[in-house]
Amino acid sequence: MYDLRHLQRRNLTKLSSSLVALSLLAIFIVLASSQPANALPAFARKYGLRCSACHESWPMLNYFGQKFKDNGYQIMNDRDAPIWQNPGYWPVTMRMTPIWHRVSVGKVQEDVYSGGSTTPTGATVARLTTQGFDLSGLDFHTGGTLEKNISFYLLPSSDPTGAFHFETVMARLDNVFHTPWLNIKLGKFELDNLLSEKRILTLTGNGGIYQLYHFIPTNDGNIFGQMGDNQLGLEVLGHSWNDRTRYSAALLSSSDGTTQLPYGNAYTGFFTFYTAFDAGKMGVDRVGGYAMIGQAPTTWATQTGPSGSTIIPGSGIGNKNFSREGFYGLFYFGEHADVTVVTQHGEDNAWFGQGYGDFIDGIAPNNNVTGTTLPAGSQNPTWNGVLVEPHFVYSPQLIFLGRFETIRMSQQANGAFGTEASNLGNITTYTVGFRYNPFMTNRAGFAWHNEYNWLHQDGTGPSLGLNSANINTSELLMGFDFDF
Amino acid sequence: MRTHLRKWSLPNLALWLIAAVAVALPLTSWAQLTKADIAVRDNMEAHIGNLTGHINADSKYAYRRYCVSCHGDLGDGNGEVAQWLDPPMWPKPRNFQLGVFKCRSTPTGTLPTDQDLFDTIARGLDRSAMPQWSTFTKQERADLVAYVKHYSPRFATEKPGTPITIPPEPEVTPDRIKAGRDVFARVQCWKCHGVQGNADGPSAPTLQDDLGRPIAPYNFTEGSRPKCGDTDADIYRIFMTGLDGTPMPSFADNIKPDEAWDLVFYLRTFMAQSSKAKQLAKGLQLKPVDPNAPAGQ
Repeated sequence: MYDLRHLQRRNLTKLSSSLVALSLLAIFIVLASSQPANALPAFARKYGLRCSACHESWPMLNYFGQKFKDNGYQIMNDRDAPIWQNPGYWPVTMRMTPIWHRVSVGKVQEDVYSGGSTTPTGATVARLTTQGFDLSGLDFHTGGTLEKNISFYLLPSSDPTGAFHFETVMARLDNVFHTPWLNIKLGKFELDNLLSEKRILTLTGNGGIYQLYHFIPTNDGNIFGQMGDNQLGLEVLGHSWNDRTRYSAALLSSSDGTTQLPYGNAYTGFFTFYTAFDAGKMGVDRVGGYAMIGQAPTTWATQTGPSGSTIIPGSGIGNKNFSREGFYGLFYFGEHADVTVVTQHGEDNAWFGQGYGDFIDGIAPNNNVTGTTLPAGSQNPTWNGVLVEPHFVYSPQLIFLGRFETIRMSQQANGAFGTEASNLGNITTYTVGFRYNPFMTNRAGFAWHNEYNWLHQDGTGPSLGLNSANINTSELLMGFDFDF
Repeated sequence: MRTHLRKWSLPNLALWLIAAVAVALPLTSWAQLTKADIAVRDNMEAHIGNLTGHINADSKYAYRRYCVSCHGDLGDGNGEVAQWLDPPMWPKPRNFQLGVFKCRSTPTGTLPTDQDLFDTIARGLDRSAMPQWSTFTKQERADLVAYVKHYSPRFATEKPGTPITIPPEPEVTPDRIKAGRDVFARVQCWKCHGVQGNADGPSAPTLQDDLGRPIAPYNFTEGSRPKCGDTDADIYRIFMTGLDGTPMPSFADNIKPDEAWDLVFYLRTFMAQSSKAKQLAKGLQLKPVDPNAPAGQ
């Protein structure tokens, strides 16, 4: 009798050999066909520089790109003002990304139907996997100079359904008093992170953000400390002439970038400092630190009408403290390899930890009205995290990237009286991928993007008494990331 | 008729061909070099202080990442962006193959030192598309100097000139500023730069570089930095070395060192940047030079 298992094994061996061969061929074609990269739109069109001059891989900035940005989108050659440009030049870039992705979410609570019943007879916990073709949102980037040393950036951005919001709207006075140490920015802008989420190279749902920049303890009601989101405020930034030493200080509305002041009158400060040093053949390395220290409301005025009690927008008071601080490091290992490290220690006030905070959106379930007291033993939730992101830049057109993030609660809000595990809400996530730009011109950019993300979080899924409530989510994504 | 035919006999034809080739050969040496022509200088080095720049994978990578869009794969200034740069507002990228550079510490007609090229990369060139690449490490810059040099056969056959000596800067005085005005008139700086330094001299519209492309004289009044550095010594150096490849000649044979300092001080009075010379000039009530005055007024 023919051994079917042997046949299957042989076929599998053949198949895997073919896959390996095809993969090697694909890698060879990708590597061999790397062409010189041209400039990306908007700024590259204006200055005639390739995208690779400013970006490690678009949109992540390299050192020169950071200097260009810090100078107010100027290369400081006395030709930055728009008066020097061809009158037909219009500094606009549009970006959109059609994708295929497969998302597998662990631990989704589902109803169970049994015994011919058309109504749920129980519930279970199952894994939900979805795959198919999809779209990202659409970004319209426009920015540059209005005059020498006056710059702007405007970014209307839509979600995949076409619902727009203003991601960035800012104007900036550059080199005030003829010194690079004083630049003033007003509006909604990306925070001055060494590793900016707005320049992230990854696209998946969980991998497309830095978890460290958005972490909120389980049941915590404070949405206001998210360093990854663009914020509304005023920023003062300064840097040395070669941009090796930098500082920034921003005063932000505690609104997480939401317009129309729905939350109240609280403010947050965001401070960074970092310096670069010449590490010889290794490259120019950077080290520094950041701190986000703010207050946000926990008490909301309500109004009772025909439809019951509603919250009055903008009425937030009872401000409580929160903070995030950590270190940055960007280390090059020659022209092709680098790694960025970001650490964080975070702390929210005990009121946030008990579910007070963004009551207006229903994210925090509790309202700190007169007479409210915290459960005895409540304490400030605190946590520590680290993010490590290595890159290997084979050529300006091909970058391999990875990321590891882990966040560990060091103190839960409920303290000794709580029943939750000490690891509740802990996150571990890995992301790997590559971006290949088969061509770039100074009119358009195109990347073939491939990425895999895996995320694990402790105790936040439904358990229904079954096993643990830990969640494992994974996403595989392939897409064409283009702009023009 | 027979005579005419004899004139074009085979030996004669051969002689004509040899002569034609002899004439054409030097011309071909000005033609664009190929990758193979350039590759023979892959062992080019640059020496800046204790640093040695090499042509290696890193310098090729850096050139490709930062420089190639303007200067091109062959270093001939014909990168894909060059076509969009319209002189005189946007000077065309430098053709490294010619081995001719504006910013040098060496006499006119000679090659720049490695330090000159090293400094130019970090300083950039104002009023052009050349940014300040001060973000590179020193080693990266040294490697790029070697890479730039390998494009030109001149660096394989000639040595850089000896840097000119710049005497110590004297104290600026009203008399020196007035003397500088006389130098300005005598060597006719105004013909290109205008009598008030705002680049509107009678020759300004006609200026061309060595490749026949329009070029604008420096406007001292607009507030931009001089192309090769903005210290007094940098300005002094420009008079004495000239800007090779442009109509700005070297005045090393026409201006004495002391006079060159006087001229620096006078030019400072035009410039938007504050300076002691500018302060002193306020009390002098200097009139612009008179283009119609006898030479040497």
